[in-house]
Amino acid sequence: MNSRLRRAFGDRHRGNRDAHGAGEMVECLRTALRPDQVRDSESEVHLYRHDASNLSGRASVVCFVESTADVQAVVRVANQFDTPFVARGSGTGLAGGAVPLDGSIVISTSKMNRILSVDAVNRTAWVEPGVLNLDLSNQVEHLGVHFAPDPSSQQTCSIGGNVANNSGGPHCLADGVTSAHIHAVEVVLPDGSTTILGGERPEPEGYDLRGVFVGSEGMFGVATKVCVKLMQNPPDVATLLLDFSTVADGAQLVSDIIADGIIPAAVEMMDQLCLQAVEEFIHAGLPVDQAAALLIEVVGLPRGVESDVARIRELAARRNVGTIRVAADDEERALLWKGRKSAFGAIARIKPNYYLHDTVVPRHRLPDVLDQIYEIVERHQLIVLNVFHAGDGNLHPLLVFDATEPGVSERVHAAGDEIVRVSVEAGGVLSGEHGIGLEKRDLMPLMFSAVDLAAQADLRRAFDPGLLANPDKVLPSPATCGDIHSIPDGAWI
Amino acid sequence: MWRYTQHPRRCVDLMPAPTIDLDEAASDFADAVGAEGEVTIEGLGSRGGAIDGVRCVTAPSGIELIQPAEMTIRCGAATPVAEIDSALVEFGQCVAVPSGGSIGGALSVGQSGIRRLGYGPMRDALLQVHYVSAKGEVVKAGGPTVKNVSGFDLCRLLVGSRGTLGFLSDVILRTRPRGKHEQWFSSTRDPWELLEELYRPTSLLWNGTTTWALLEGHPEDIRAQAESSGMEPVDGPPNLPNAARWSIPPSELASLRVAAPGSFVAEIGVGIVHHTHSASRAEPDSATVELHRRIKAEFDPSGRLNPGVSVLRNS
Repeated sequence: MNSRLRRAFGDRHRGNRDAHGAGEMVECLRTALRPDQVRDSESEVHLYRHDASNLSGRASVVCFVESTADVQAVVRVANQFDTPFVARGSGTGLAGGAVPLDGSIVISTSKMNRILSVDAVNRTAWVEPGVLNLDLSNQVEHLGVHFAPDPSSQQTCSIGGNVANNSGGPHCLADGVTSAHIHAVEVVLPDGSTTILGGERPEPEGYDLRGVFVGSEGMFGVATKVCVKLMQNPPDVATLLLDFSTVADGAQLVSDIIADGIIPAAVEMMDQLCLQAVEEFIHAGLPVDQAAALLIEVVGLPRGVESDVARIRELAARRNVGTIRVAADDEERALLWKGRKSAFGAIARIKPNYYLHDTVVPRHRLPDVLDQIYEIVERHQLIVLNVFHAGDGNLHPLLVFDATEPGVSERVHAAGDEIVRVSVEAGGVLSGEHGIGLEKRDLMPLMFSAVDLAAQADLRRAFDPGLLANPDKVLPSPATCGDIHSIPDGAWI
Repeated sequence: MWRYTQHPRRCVDLMPAPTIDLDEAASDFADAVGAEGEVTIEGLGSRGGAIDGVRCVTAPSGIELIQPAEMTIRCGAATPVAEIDSALVEFGQCVAVPSGGSIGGALSVGQSGIRRLGYGPMRDALLQVHYVSAKGEVVKAGGPTVKNVSGFDLCRLLVGSRGTLGFLSDVILRTRPRGKHEQWFSSTRDPWELLEELYRPTSLLWNGTTTWALLEGHPEDIRAQAESSGMEPVDGPPNLPNAARWSIPPSELASLRVAAPGSFVAEIGVGIVHHTHSASRAEPDSATVELHRRIKAEFDPSGRLNPGVSVLRNS
């Protein structure tokens, strides 16, 4: 289908190119790159059919790019064969954003993993998109700086993926999500041209195309170099674990702290089931008999940290806090964080499968939305662990189940859908940090009107008039094409 | 009355203000913008005004809702920044928006204030916006919570877009706590040494001979930082030359060492230079120019919004 027809009908009619066409395209890719960078054997391509979500699709070929020129070459071939392409970092995305549909070309940036330059004075660095999030912070640690966004997958997720999803993490409460930490992005646009969006200059001319590109889920082009902001490491850190006999008390304390003018570096909440699962796993002395615990980290200069901790203690006392455990040293601090970050390993002891959700609600609605989540999950005869970024109201209900149980995936799906709906009804949003991808694409109308969505589609079309870059994600199907490309049955676990 | 949540203790003394229903106001504003003919928008005129000879509209003004525990405020785009500041001071909060003019004007121009080093750029303060499109429709972008990655980031697109893609009607801004204590200092020390030594200063200014630093936080921490870095307290920042505003990579600010002292005040670590003389501006590459053309063509195909204004040409 030519691009004009595709614009008229939306993205959904593309695909199913024949084997002959695909073979010719693969040959072109092998000529444009080195042959060993282009893989199309069934077993290799099969590995790239999904990301860390419960969705999968179909790729025709995987290209392991090593430079901007490589990316440009692949995108030009994609245009030549009118074939969609999907950029992929580490494949840790949870919303299906990197799932290839309809025999897309997968552009793996994992080999573009060099830190190109670091300006220690002005605290910036240019990196390639395949650099892993935690590797970046580790590599610049000797300069007393770090990259602030710290998704739970930070050991394996890539900076390019962080840019695509505008990723968050526990320590984004005070310092903001990825968008606030990106100065510039060199991109290959979907037509194969290359430019730099944003810049080292603080007020680049024109529209904030950098800001628009961050979080565009691979639909505006492929990032090939990223200029990141690095943050000073704090001189002093206090890490506290506070427990509560009710979830509501803990949740209320979060609002009290923020309203009092304190923005901790992180405020994480774990509910009882999560505490119990994690404790069994790591033996950190967590308060397993309590309804909830808050892990709060305050950073800064010593007297500021001290006074914030004292104030948090006062506010916590008014919310009937049980015990307050303050990490005595780095080792204990690491143990408490290990507790927070081990939740996903720990749940395997309860059930073999999980489905992690991601919504945001206004902080003051946390207690009642959590109540509703417990009610929804009970009604669907499922188990939920809550472990989430309470400081910014970012819920992460973790539904655990055994996929071999008949009918369970329908119940998981239905419960997840209800959780998203109650979050939005409470004045919240669809996603705080995982993105929309395929997972929540068809839920976008819960938050946006047809007019709002048309504006987003206009922006996408300005970047990608041919609709080749990661099509069918984020924006729901136009009403006229309702069922043509809905998420296939069985795509969920 | 303004509506407040979460802080009943502090609400009782506040002055009542006119009620505004911003959804209703947006609908009226959309009617005023209409769907045809050239139209321009006027704020308070402090950052440039309406286009001469073109029909002019004004956005809604007034604060609808302050939620201190959410760190958000919702107000009309024509609301004076001063009104927002004085409303938020009651809650010990502020917004990272430079003073003067209207909030819509500040966002449309997109220039941050001199606290950008500590507070981050103004663009990050915008969480949600309703704007009126070239079709005369009310469009929502972003969401009301401090964290949100639902859909494409039209908020970032609109900040600095000078009314060329849509006219802002109302906004939800992220607030931040006002520093419990703050103090300006000055020193003749090298600004880059201070950038390295000080822990997250809110502002660091330099005119070639003197460096000014704004520190916020606990008074004892501020005192200790000032002592160890050899800075003296001063009343405030220097006067900023306002003839020109340069935007250069912060790593290139050192080139100003040879500039005439007093001809500039540079924001160290940021790259803004307030200068007595204008600088040549970088030419955007063809791909960037083409993207701008396509975006404008998608959002305002007939060019009716702020006709003649181009974000790539205007300083």
